Amino acid sequence: MTRPLPERRRPLRLFWMQSGGCGGCTLSLIGAEGPDLLATFEAANIEVLWHPSLSEQSGRAVIDIMERIIGGEETLDILCLEGSIMRGPNGTGRFHMMAGTDRPVMDWISDLAAKAGHVVAVGSCAAYGGITAAGANEVEACGLSYDGQKEGGLLGTDFRSQSGMPVINVAGCPIHPGWLTEMLHMIAAGRFGTSEIDEWERPLSYTMHLVHHGCARNEFYEFKASAEKLCDLGCMMENLGCKGTQARADCNMRAWNGSGSCLDGGYPCINCTAPGFEEPGHSFTLTPKISGIPVGLPTDMPKAWFVALASLSKAATPPRLKENAVADHLTRPPADRQKKTR
Amino acid sequence: MTRLIVGPFNRVEGDLEVKLDIEDGRVETARVNSPLYRGFERILTGKPPADALVYAPRICGICSVSQSVAAAKALAEAQGVVMPPNGELAVDLVHATENVADHLTHFYLFFMPDFARDVYRDEAWHLAAHERFVALKGTASQDILPARAQFMHLMGILAGKWPHTLSVQPGGSTRAVSSGEVARMAAILSSFRRFLERTLFGDSLERIASLSSAAELEAWASEKRPESSDFRHFLSLSEKLGLNRLGPSSGEFMSFGAYGAGGRPLFAQGVFNNDVEALDSSAIAEDVSHAWYKASEGAMPPLTGETLPDVERSDAYSWCKAPRLGGEIAEVGALSRQLVDGHPLIRDLAARDGGNVHARVVARLLEVALVTIAMEGWVDGLRPGERFIDHSKMPDDGEGAGLTEAARGSLGHWLKIENGRIANYQIIAPTTWNFSPRDANGIPGPLEQALEGAPVRQGETEPVAVQHIVRSFDPCLVCTVH
Repeated sequence: MTRPLPERRRPLRLFWMQSGGCGGCTLSLIGAEGPDLLATFEAANIEVLWHPSLSEQSGRAVIDIMERIIGGEETLDILCLEGSIMRGPNGTGRFHMMAGTDRPVMDWISDLAAKAGHVVAVGSCAAYGGITAAGANEVEACGLSYDGQKEGGLLGTDFRSQSGMPVINVAGCPIHPGWLTEMLHMIAAGRFGTSEIDEWERPLSYTMHLVHHGCARNEFYEFKASAEKLCDLGCMMENLGCKGTQARADCNMRAWNGSGSCLDGGYPCINCTAPGFEEPGHSFTLTPKISGIPVGLPTDMPKAWFVALASLSKAATPPRLKENAVADHLTRPPADRQKKTR
Repeated sequence: MTRLIVGPFNRVEGDLEVKLDIEDGRVETARVNSPLYRGFERILTGKPPADALVYAPRICGICSVSQSVAAAKALAEAQGVVMPPNGELAVDLVHATENVADHLTHFYLFFMPDFARDVYRDEAWHLAAHERFVALKGTASQDILPARAQFMHLMGILAGKWPHTLSVQPGGSTRAVSSGEVARMAAILSSFRRFLERTLFGDSLERIASLSSAAELEAWASEKRPESSDFRHFLSLSEKLGLNRLGPSSGEFMSFGAYGAGGRPLFAQGVFNNDVEALDSSAIAEDVSHAWYKASEGAMPPLTGETLPDVERSDAYSWCKAPRLGGEIAEVGALSRQLVDGHPLIRDLAARDGGNVHARVVARLLEVALVTIAMEGWVDGLRPGERFIDHSKMPDDGEGAGLTEAARGSLGHWLKIENGRIANYQIIAPTTWNFSPRDANGIPGPLEQALEGAPVRQGETEPVAVQHIVRSFDPCLVCTVH
């Protein structure tokens, strides 16, 4: 008896659009490793219908693909949008017209989203408006289903894609390549449902962690040995605006570019996966304080306990940490007292 | 006469539409439209000056570090702070990593896939070009992505992450590196050199860097068969298609100068027009006569320039302003940098045929060799244990200009600080120069002029010659429409 061949799944068709953004999420994504991006697409059985940086087709051929999708002649399994929706000026969308069509990009996005199996906002711009919505937001930038923290955005609160899912917000500025590739694999395997997203519809696979988790500066945090200026090795929460104890992402567990993270690079977490991160209400690299106590305390931590523990641990800070915290390189490494020096 | 509207244009960074008037199988006039407005200059106004270092890199995902470097330089001028030697080296390394990676991304992912197009299917060379360079499926993209990603590990060490680092500061780098990390970086560069020598060049970086004339380049190319390396492959396609006659340059070539470690830039600053002249940056002004901005009184120098969108302007056709140097257009990019710096190969190519698609691509790949060699020296020059950054107070009032080179050309930031806040911020990006619309005198921008005369085949809706010319500039429209 011959065994039946395993059923060959139809490839998932992905269409990628860019609007009011910097293209940085794509540039980050093509740095995917273990495996690289093309191997990822192959492994997840994803067929790229079009991607603005990767595909051959230009002009009319692209418009044809979009028209076929909207007309129902072409299946669209995954629609990715990178960059904010540009609604300005005065809701006309004329700040971003689709080249070759004389039609606002936001209208194309709405039409395509209505046909898509999954709609994915790639990066904080597409998710919530992001950096493009900073300042007075004169360009009326918003996300697919949020305008900052406010629900709605372009597609509205009730939007569900063909799969029944809301817009999936792979937030970050930029995204880590792994955040997206992991999610694509999960969608391809049929394992991505509403239980896989958090309260802002971000994939839990990376937002179940705090940036604080795995931070190489944790020992300094424990003893409140704080950095005073950018480049110091100490904890950046007290003085330099670091939001790692509140920010949701696994940046210190999932290395960036082989080994890095913002904190490893010597600068604070600016909470770029959160809606509204672009307008923190204070200078990014300065911690706002009220009578010497940072305003933004760690997630879930009662203020009184934080203050009590902080003063206790400050009193117990070993000289090694006190010294290293305000140096730009390790001046006093750990020493083993078992080893007698002659 | 027929009119073609070409767009959306992909494999360029950002959005682009080109309107072509065609007569007798040639482009007669071209109008280049950047159809997106983002408004960063408006966002930055009113912010604390140091926050420019968070916003500015996010202007662009592909020249993110260049934006940081320009912002940091402008702030440094306002603060009067100077980087310590380690800081200069670290920032140059981060900047060079981005620029070299961008050159490769452009060559492999953006430029070469056009030779795999169907329009060339009857050419004898098509099969090999298709197999190697076709978008998404070509063997080249399978080679370049892992090599590029591993090279970018330099960013993980030196800058925390890429794009959008905050490690680049007016006084240096926030990230001091240890001796172990210096060794790791040397190893990463060595592995990258191996990729370049085996796959891209098929020869040593030093041999490529030392090519000194068009004749030498031809002789070098003919030493081995075209498909033995990607550079030779390109040279062979370029010869067959006459890319040295396509997309001619028409203005001066400008470079702001790049990589300043040690007091002397690796690539000099200046303007080339058969001879090198000093750059007079005070002669830079932006014209908005054909852009969707409120009319200004003549062209405005960036320090006092403004950005007031006006979508109703009827004579406008782009969100890109028209920067001019002393009233003239200027082309920027690797070709300009190497002409200004005086590399003999590039000078000879330009002496024979002027600027064109071929020369732009050769200059870019030559730079990959030149910069990688320089980077090895910079890593060796790092002194762990010594300072990487100097701190200095931000003044309540001041101004500064930050001029640098992104992969695709000259980038400038100009800022004014009043009462501890940014009072004005103006950015002129490389592609703003190259893809500028017409100015008040009706003079078209460099790309618009380069497209004039481009051949259009029967029935083409997206003429392939136009595709080659546009991409030869390595445009970045997201920067342009900051």
